[in-house]
Amino acid sequence: MNILVVLKQTFDTEEKIVIQGGNISEDGVEFIINPYDEYAVEEAIKLKEEHGGEVTVISVGPDRAESAIRTALAMGADKAVLVDDESLFGDEFTTAKVLAAVAKKVGFDIILGGQMAVDTGAGQGGPRLAEELGINHVSTTVKLEVNGNQVRVERDVEGDLEVVETSLPVLITAQQGLNEPRYPSLPGIMKAKKKPLERLSADDLGLSADEVAAKTEIVDQFLPPTKGAGRILSGDLAAQASELVQLLRNEAKVI
Amino acid sequence: MKKVLVLAEVRDGQLRNVSLEALAAAQLIADGGEVVAGVFGADAAAHAATLAHHGATTVYTAAHEALGQYTPDAYTQAVSQLIQQAAPDAVVLGHTAIGRDVAPRVAARLGYGLVSDVTGIEAGPVFTRPIYAGKAFQKRKFADGKVFVTIRPNNIAVGTADESKSAAVVPVELDIKDLRTIVKEVVRKTSGKVDLSEAKVIVSGGRGVKSAEGFQTLQELADVLGAAVGASRGACDADYCDYSLQIGQTGKVVTPDLYIACGISGAIQHLAGMSSSKVIVAINKDPEAPIFQVADYGIVGDLFEVVPLLTAEFKKVLV
Repeated sequence: MNILVVLKQTFDTEEKIVIQGGNISEDGVEFIINPYDEYAVEEAIKLKEEHGGEVTVISVGPDRAESAIRTALAMGADKAVLVDDESLFGDEFTTAKVLAAVAKKVGFDIILGGQMAVDTGAGQGGPRLAEELGINHVSTTVKLEVNGNQVRVERDVEGDLEVVETSLPVLITAQQGLNEPRYPSLPGIMKAKKKPLERLSADDLGLSADEVAAKTEIVDQFLPPTKGAGRILSGDLAAQASELVQLLRNEAKVI
Repeated sequence: MKKVLVLAEVRDGQLRNVSLEALAAAQLIADGGEVVAGVFGADAAAHAATLAHHGATTVYTAAHEALGQYTPDAYTQAVSQLIQQAAPDAVVLGHTAIGRDVAPRVAARLGYGLVSDVTGIEAGPVFTRPIYAGKAFQKRKFADGKVFVTIRPNNIAVGTADESKSAAVVPVELDIKDLRTIVKEVVRKTSGKVDLSEAKVIVSGGRGVKSAEGFQTLQELADVLGAAVGASRGACDADYCDYSLQIGQTGKVVTPDLYIACGISGAIQHLAGMSSSKVIVAINKDPEAPIFQVADYGIVGDLFEVVPLLTAEFKKVLV
């Protein structure tokens, strides 16, 4: 089975955000595989272990994304493609067009990715890529079974569980709970250094910057207003409980 | 904008509140132009009056049998065809399970940009949305082409209903075919419970809740308040509750009117998911817990003592 994983490198979720000159500062930031994409990597490796085949990690992003890709290779993916050509960086429209070009070039039976990236949080990547490729998608997957051409998925829908059936080729987006991603082993890390990582440009993909130009633009980025210190209540707990209820009703007026 | 289309969503026979918020958003985007709505399902026309009261001048209805249960194929075809027939300049959906799934697919099909998970709208139109789960925000605008957004529940205020308004009801013919997903079963784990993303009040638990049974104490408070129950990653990782309840940078980002954090220390990845709540209450044994830094009101104490006291106090004033 030809398995593609779409992966993005993101800030570690424990990082604070610092904005300098309207841009988000990357100084001293720890980068990780987007946590939802990490579930996708794990699931892809499990599929390979069960059905055979090859796992290819694909990503659009700056050069630093290599470290996240190497981690996925160390977990057990076989090879990778990174599009680090800045003329192909844009918005969600752009990235889906570029990933579609990569997917067509590499070939696939199934594509896995996270249900969203924890940085931009848009969640557009999966459905857009599936549409660009003309294949079906199933999002927020918590259980995946592939039997021959048949695919059975359990998905999280606002807390409810939906059981759906479809067939290959399909794009699956991973939700938390799908699996427990493995840690790369030391031999895995050593092997990953030698696994093929191909860097592709607009020319390699037959794309022009114009045809994938962003449809939207960022006009500002800012931090939320900081909150003033709140009030810690005192006295015996029963009195505090009573006071809190009164404050929520009469001062905050939320109850 | 000349014409803004809202795709309204019906759940359990009711229009979702976020759809009324989407109509308010559409008025802001229209800036004096026309607002129209589309609604799917066998009883679609029954919702036309409410949609009209909230500003829709035309309500497009589609009762196609393939739209009874959401599938990406059926809804992508239906929404794309509705947009082509209504020919709006802007389209607004709720950022719900359906909206977040179908909108990107429709955007790709029609070659549109899409700004997801919008929390604010200014003249232009310029859209504000959270990034890094609310640790920061960005403002986006459209370079050209159609304006297409999904709006986050609980952030754009519903307008006042004007019951003197009515709308033209226009049934639309849809051509839906080649469906590739079969929905075999829906297991309602949330039936009778309040949906986290739309909840006005959330009672949330962390590692301090100590067990799955411990969450029952929180559920009792939630029941009195008509609240949803949420959890931190710590509580989910420890198997005290389902991952679908997780609030944080991984998990759901919520913006209720009132967030009551019980036994949650306040790791930065959790704070990202809830610190935009309007009022935050923290209950924790540890006075140094970071959660107190974002709390409007704090009680230092054992949640198993404090929460039952709160439940009893709220019962006195609410029941």
